[in-house]
Amino acid sequence: MRKDLTHLSDEALVALVARGDETALGELYDRVGRVAYGIAFRVLRDDRLAEDAVQEGFLAVWRSAATFRAERAKASTWIVTLVHRRAVDLVRREERRRTEPLDLEQRDAPDPVGSAEDEAWLGFERERVQRLLRMLPDAQREALELAYYGGYSQAELAERLGVPLGTIKSRMFAGLSRLRELLDDTETEGSWTPRLTS
Amino acid sequence: MDAETHELIAGYALDALDADDEARVRELLATSEEAREELRALSEVAAAMATATSGPTPRPELRGRILDGARAEPPAVVSLDEYRRSRAVPVLGAVAAIAAVAALALGLWGAGASRDLDDTRAALDRQQAATAVLSDPDARAIGLETGDGRLVVGEDGSAVLVMNGMTPAPDGKTYEVWVAAGDDAPVRAGLFDAAHERDVVPVEEPVHAGSVVMVTVEPAGGVDAPTSDPIVVSQPA
Repeated sequence: MRKDLTHLSDEALVALVARGDETALGELYDRVGRVAYGIAFRVLRDDRLAEDAVQEGFLAVWRSAATFRAERAKASTWIVTLVHRRAVDLVRREERRRTEPLDLEQRDAPDPVGSAEDEAWLGFERERVQRLLRMLPDAQREALELAYYGGYSQAELAERLGVPLGTIKSRMFAGLSRLRELLDDTETEGSWTPRLTS
Repeated sequence: MDAETHELIAGYALDALDADDEARVRELLATSEEAREELRALSEVAAAMATATSGPTPRPELRGRILDGARAEPPAVVSLDEYRRSRAVPVLGAVAAIAAVAALALGLWGAGASRDLDDTRAALDRQQAATAVLSDPDARAIGLETGDGRLVVGEDGSAVLVMNGMTPAPDGKTYEVWVAAGDDAPVRAGLFDAAHERDVVPVEEPVHAGSVVMVTVEPAGGVDAPTSDPIVVSQPA
């Protein structure tokens, strides 16, 4: 029996997952899995490792849904956070990354998989945030991207870039704060969630 | 918050902290509402960066793999490790939330939701023990011979006493929990001061088949053997 859960909020789905509802977990994957995989792949640059990170992240959602509190984070943010954390853990375990040159270039646009509306929305958000990132001072943008996309810790970055740790810390905070302001300025829907209510 | 604190939280939101800084942030999140609010906002910004990525899409099989993985393990069994790792959710808040959810699932609404958990690590451990039992799908609820409430016993003998409307322990006194197996003398199993409409009290000794759980009123700090008649007595487990 296929339940239709599309009318439920992400947060309501998490509540169902907390009660062992697999269908709700599947629906959350349908909504957030694409972005979760996107960030995992960006960090890991390997499709199998990215899948592992996404799977571990969603199993963490399954196991700890009861700990989720909606006033602390949006459900989609919580899920992306869990997946990103797994990806960072994995990349730090993989020595392979250490030998690769730093790569801040964006890849080409991905193959479309969802509906045309979903693709359009995702594309819109991707363009918007990329544009805002480019508005940051180079040093701040570099710190944010190497940390969040590269999986580098602050100490690793300080060593790699040859700047004091305190400088790295303040660049990250300044960059994230500035990006927050920019996002607020351009926020139209109040949500980055790759889901269209239809 | 000072600049250093802001910077720590930003690093945490990006998953970029080294181990000792990360430990400092966890401490901070457990005690500071302001810090939790800051993390909430900065985590949204970090997650927005996730939407800016482009790359290949996951293979369709991944969805099935995730659901298979979920099926292979029971839901809602939350380890303490998982609490500590769930980054967007402060530890103490997380425990309160699962207590509330677990209580709701058992029809015991109110147990954890209204508790003020901002005080000690001990409260966290107790709540963790209680929620582990309450979220155990195989736990049994056992009625009380004396007292209003019930005893919930997990498969491994870990147990929680859920009491309704107990009056707070008098000044200089405490409630003491006991587990009595067969004809053996009762063993002390924890102290509590009723303070809530509904109290969820972990039983600190295992409860095996046939054991009885009791509560007596004792001098503050507790005693090694009961000095008064029990005011709460469970049916045999």
